[in-house]
Amino acid sequence: MSQEVAIVGIGYTSFRPLTPEVSYKELVYEAAVKAYEDAGLDPRSDVDSIVSVAEDFTEGTSIFDEYVPDQLGGMLKPNVTIPGDGIHGLATAYMQIASGIVDVVAVEAHSKASNVLTLPRITAYAMDPVLNRPLRANPVFIAGMEMNRYLYTSGATREHCALVVAKNKRNALLNPAAAFGAALEPDQALDSEMVAYPLSVVDISPHADGAIVVVLASAEVAQSLTDVPIWIRGIGWCNDSPSLENRAWGRAIYAEEAGRMAYRTAGIRNAMDEIDLAEIDDAYSYKELQHLEALGFCEYGRGGFLTADGVTEIEGALPVNASGGSIGGGHLLDASGLRAVVEVALQLRGEAGAHQIPGVETGLAFGWRGVPSTSGAAVILSS
Amino acid sequence: MTVKIDKFPGVYLHESDFEQGRVLYNTWDPQAQYAWDAGIAIGRYLSELKQGHLVGVRCNQCRRTVVPPRAFCEWCFRPMDDWVNLPDTGTVNTFSLCYVTWDMQYLTEPQIPAVIDIDGTRPSVGIMHLLGDVDPKKVHIGMRVQAVWKPEEERTGSILDIRHFKPV
Ligand SMILES: [Zn+2]
Repeated sequence: MSQEVAIVGIGYTSFRPLTPEVSYKELVYEAAVKAYEDAGLDPRSDVDSIVSVAEDFTEGTSIFDEYVPDQLGGMLKPNVTIPGDGIHGLATAYMQIASGIVDVVAVEAHSKASNVLTLPRITAYAMDPVLNRPLRANPVFIAGMEMNRYLYTSGATREHCALVVAKNKRNALLNPAAAFGAALEPDQALDSEMVAYPLSVVDISPHADGAIVVVLASAEVAQSLTDVPIWIRGIGWCNDSPSLENRAWGRAIYAEEAGRMAYRTAGIRNAMDEIDLAEIDDAYSYKELQHLEALGFCEYGRGGFLTADGVTEIEGALPVNASGGSIGGGHLLDASGLRAVVEVALQLRGEAGAHQIPGVETGLAFGWRGVPSTSGAAVILSS
Repeated sequence: MTVKIDKFPGVYLHESDFEQGRVLYNTWDPQAQYAWDAGIAIGRYLSELKQGHLVGVRCNQCRRTVVPPRAFCEWCFRPMDDWVNLPDTGTVNTFSLCYVTWDMQYLTEPQIPAVIDIDGTRPSVGIMHLLGDVDPKKVHIGMRVQAVWKPEEERTGSILDIRHFKPV
């Protein structure tokens, strides 16, 4: 791409089911302090601009951008809050730097899902108020319907999905920040309680609280700050039509297009050959398989077989969600995509700890905004 | 311009058209409920209010003393240094006489929201509250006021533990 932009600072809290001891501002402040320390920057003098992602409905506060600056050191600076995935925020920050208007941008995303007492009702608010909402069904049914059609058309099985659950929960045991690590056998996953057939309770990533801040800088600034800048090589995002009536239930076309844009901007021709690891949305177990295929790592319908062959294990040819993803780490609402970015960046720096994959140079992070959306964003990072 | 028009073009709709189903529409009642974690700074603020105390925090770098308290100084981007007991007196920084309730009912006696700069803050900063026990015509910027606390057994750890501020 035209102007080089790199990740120079990473900060995040641990991800936990409940965080009663801190307000969301204090949670974000922790991540921000860590990110600025990591970057070696003073936010009050060195950061030019702030990009955050947040959804008013999940915050419980209208015009939420008003509440963003303090905890990021962003007072009296350019601030913008996007109701999108963390990777949409990253793309916006990337563009601010690539366009030359600023040199250093902090990107923030957080989840205080535990504070939303009626989260399924808030999610239901994303459905069409005239055509869909009057049915008064918990929006998890959308994932059930999507999984059902996906299994029907792709040839993947519930057993394949159970392998994803077991893998990601086991990977999370190696990640101290992850909330829901477990030594779960695929058989146990298969036997778990049904929520929205064919989706069972362990196929659904449980929500967690947490905050993430990533600092981006222009090439010149990045090279002056760190020996290990993580370059944004390509980025892409896409929305399909929202219609529940007319969408392609078996395929994640938004992910295909977001990936295509990211690969085009990064100059990547063969994802499997050129990408060493992937952190991709696994809000539901089948989503990892669907997204794996949509992002071009294998043919449609092959994701489950790839998983069964161990290709996506930490020791495999393409580790997927070595961090534990959302199933093992906890779903962070719109911060989930930025967590994926953090994990890829840590891996490329060689700082992923017990789940470090040796010798990785290029990784992909992909975020999806959850049901009922067809909104995805992808980024390619290289050391 | 509109005064020259007797009748606008188009079809006029009346409330009865909606009531009698001649115009179709959908309604939806939101179910949005939250329980925000107060956290370190506001948590202590609320528990001190329950005790009948007003507390702020001080930053030793910019030397500000502010209320409501916060865990970190947004100017210096560092943790606040000390908790500070503040008096429950202050000065009206600004106010309004508000003749509509927040659910849009008309009021003959206005609500009087005000920012009260609390004594002992530096530079003087205020908390948002209501004025009471006062003739609206006599309220003025610079008026000295004091908190009227709820009785201890009625306090819950809320800014409503102060009923309002009244002139002193
Ligand atoms: Zn200060």
